Amino acid sequence: MKVLALSGSLRRDSYNTKLLHAAARLLPDGAELELWDRLKEVPPYDEDDDVEPAPAAVAALRAAIAGADALLVATPEYNSSIPGQLKNTLDWVSRPLAKNPLRGKPVAVVGASAGAFGAVWSQAELRKVLAAMGGRVIEGGVSVGHAPTRFEGDHLVDTELREQLAEVVGALVSEAAAREASRVAA
Amino acid sequence: MSTTEIRQALPTGTWHLDPVHSSLGFELTYMGGVFRGQFREVEATLEDAQLTGSAQVASVDVKDENLAAHLQSPEFFDVERYPELRFASTDVEGGEELTIRGEITIKGVTHPVELTGRATEPLTDAYGRERFGLTLETKLDRTAFGLNWNLPLPSGEPALSNEVTLVAELFFVKEA
Repeated sequence: MKVLALSGSLRRDSYNTKLLHAAARLLPDGAELELWDRLKEVPPYDEDDDVEPAPAAVAALRAAIAGADALLVATPEYNSSIPGQLKNTLDWVSRPLAKNPLRGKPVAVVGASAGAFGAVWSQAELRKVLAAMGGRVIEGGVSVGHAPTRFEGDHLVDTELREQLAEVVGALVSEAAAREASRVAA
Repeated sequence: MSTTEIRQALPTGTWHLDPVHSSLGFELTYMGGVFRGQFREVEATLEDAQLTGSAQVASVDVKDENLAAHLQSPEFFDVERYPELRFASTDVEGGEELTIRGEITIKGVTHPVELTGRATEPLTDAYGRERFGLTLETKLDRTAFGLNWNLPLPSGEPALSNEVTLVAELFFVKEA
């Protein structure tokens, strides 16, 4: 079982990337997390450029999502919403909508921010976008507020947040396992 | 004792759907106008005057493939998990004006429903088979079945109505 992880932050010491590393350690047995780290290579979406072959990073992400059983996205919050490069990247992945690799795929959203609210609005908007793309969006998220105080290295030190994160990744993996089981049965 | 002839609500015997000429359509209000779509793959059987039927979600037919994809996604019908809509009647009454009560299942949720409509008198078609037409209609609240997607307009009004009208135009051919 492979969970592809996408951090919406480009910063080297990103709290959202740390949150994904923390998630990797909380996955149930038999599941592994692969961090996709080429977000910065994705060009701005331009319909004129949306032809075959797709830009290399876009093709790589489409293939990575297609090859994964589930997607976990960690998002910061810029001006109460999704960071531009993350949204831009999802816009690339989403087109054409009827064939995009996220269709029917279980996906969960978590977020961290330096402020008090832990990217809660950005997570809500991201869930809307991922659902519009056809993803099976898991309810519930994790909002890591005051992020600079919540990590030691890439370890999430807050027990309650760690439990919430374990719950979200557990639900994500269960959903992916249920999907796989129904496909085998069919 | 009444001497009035009671017309059978629906013909007896076993009748199968003519799928080419039959349709199951839906219509609802979208941004002030009426939006219509249909399911291309529909099955139905009439046996002992009880109606059962189903429609394949994957056959949803609208004018844009991306809209069809959205309708099949978990936000709407969730084709992967719930590939079929189903109906089974429990009670049929009436003559020319029919009321068919039964249960409809959409997205895994079952609710009682009342269909109203008309059946034509059976006739013999060009191939010597007996057939008749059945038109049925009902209104449903899509949110009762978990089809909750919406988008607020600038006025705050939702883009899509919750009330959906289902219209079935069915042709039945008698089993030989």
